[in-house]
Amino acid sequence: MLARIVNDTLQLGVAQAVVTAILALAVVYLARRHQIHLERETYVALVRGFIQVVVVGSLLILIFRGPSWTSVFVLLFMMLAAAATAARRARGMPGAFVISAYGIVGGAGIVIVLMTWLGVIDPRMESLIPVGSMVIASAMNSNSLALERFRSELASNVGYIEAGLALGAAPQRAVAPYVQAAVSAGMIPRIDTLRALGIVWIPGLMAGMILAGSDPVYAAVYQFVVVGMIYASSGLTSLISTLLMRGRAFSPAEQLVLDAGLS
Amino acid sequence: MTSASRPVSAERGGAADAGAILQTERLTREVEGRRLVDGVSISVRRDEVVAVIGPSGSGKTSLLRLLNRLDEPTGGSILIEGRDYREIPPAELRRRVGMLLQQPFLFPGTVAENLSFGPESRGDALDVERAAELLERVGLPDYAGRDVARLSGGEAQRVSLARTLANEPEILLLDEPTSALDEAAQLGVEELICSVMAVQGLTCIVVTHDHAQAARMARRALVMEAGRVVDDGPVTEIVHAR
Repeated sequence: MLARIVNDTLQLGVAQAVVTAILALAVVYLARRHQIHLERETYVALVRGFIQVVVVGSLLILIFRGPSWTSVFVLLFMMLAAAATAARRARGMPGAFVISAYGIVGGAGIVIVLMTWLGVIDPRMESLIPVGSMVIASAMNSNSLALERFRSELASNVGYIEAGLALGAAPQRAVAPYVQAAVSAGMIPRIDTLRALGIVWIPGLMAGMILAGSDPVYAAVYQFVVVGMIYASSGLTSLISTLLMRGRAFSPAEQLVLDAGLS
Repeated sequence: MTSASRPVSAERGGAADAGAILQTERLTREVEGRRLVDGVSISVRRDEVVAVIGPSGSGKTSLLRLLNRLDEPTGGSILIEGRDYREIPPAELRRRVGMLLQQPFLFPGTVAENLSFGPESRGDALDVERAAELLERVGLPDYAGRDVARLSGGEAQRVSLARTLANEPEILLLDEPTSALDEAAQLGVEELICSVMAVQGLTCIVVTHDHAQAARMARRALVMEAGRVVDDGPVTEIVHAR
């Protein structure tokens, strides 16, 4: 309907954004009717998200015109920004930014470098940056989920952990069930994505490739490849971050350090 | 006799006691400016059973946690058979100085899996006969295959004791071992602990707020107030004085 009213592509985009924002505000209104207040967070997120994506879109035009090695810096910047965002979520945990940075660079970075080297990801910037950003964003989410779960598991199971330590167990053994729970928590959305791929969810990349004229079967297979990369980077990130945080949860004398934001 | 007239252990804890299995020297733990344990010097001889009594917040549990090295002292030292306990790897120290917590904290699984946790942590296995012997000792024969989720509070604490004994500790620390149990289970577990201590000749330090229990379990008592040992002597005299 909007396309019939507005002919210009840019104006159409703005009109679509306005309609979407109205839909989001309707949800806020509905929630408010039930005494659930989402106003402030939603207003800030809507405005911030819109400005960010427009700025990034404009920057990408400039970046795509530059030499291809600049994509390394763009992806590195994305990973550090992701670590900063994840660290805010893990506030109070010791060294959250450094751990998140190691986790995301180690998880997403390794997958991006390896897959680009193997030729699975097209090294041209137009492909590398969008695919890389998907891998990084998923690693960031998994990092936050895993660290938050690890923190809550430690806080809820102090007695069991100390019972294990008091019996002479190494910290690694005393917290093994909670490391498992944390890494699993970071992976659950990725596992669900793989399970539902193509049935519940036809992802944006695949839809975009089909709309751009690619063979639908190739688009589907490539989407599986991307989801597989996302799974691998999320798993690596969850594992690295949780194991690093486990190291920070104990003193050199193998005591559970509760004053490090875990209580 | 009161703390004013009785020579407390601080006075005799300054020099190394050749006969002591465990000795502390001006042991202190300070957290955010508050002294939980304040200059405690005690000496415990092999096979001795010592009760630590005192009001809530007096530092009894904090002292036990330092002895098991679950917490780090901010001052003073602990000697195990004359050796600074920092020289002993933490896992080895905790095996030698076992600790029974206020609540059992049994790990999900069977009773047998819980008993083998300690030995497995240092790469050993707990054979079936040894597990059966431990369960027999705590009055729970044929419980090896039971799911710990189905145990009563008293049974769980007995399994917890057997789990600690599976490590063959030289010193046993008991932190209010019956306080989380109902009255009927309390006496049973207490009698069990006393019989285990007598049979094995274990060196024990028992934290309790119950003076009568202290008198039943120990011969010597330490009284703690505000992190300090304010009285140390025969339990009957101390309990009678208070």
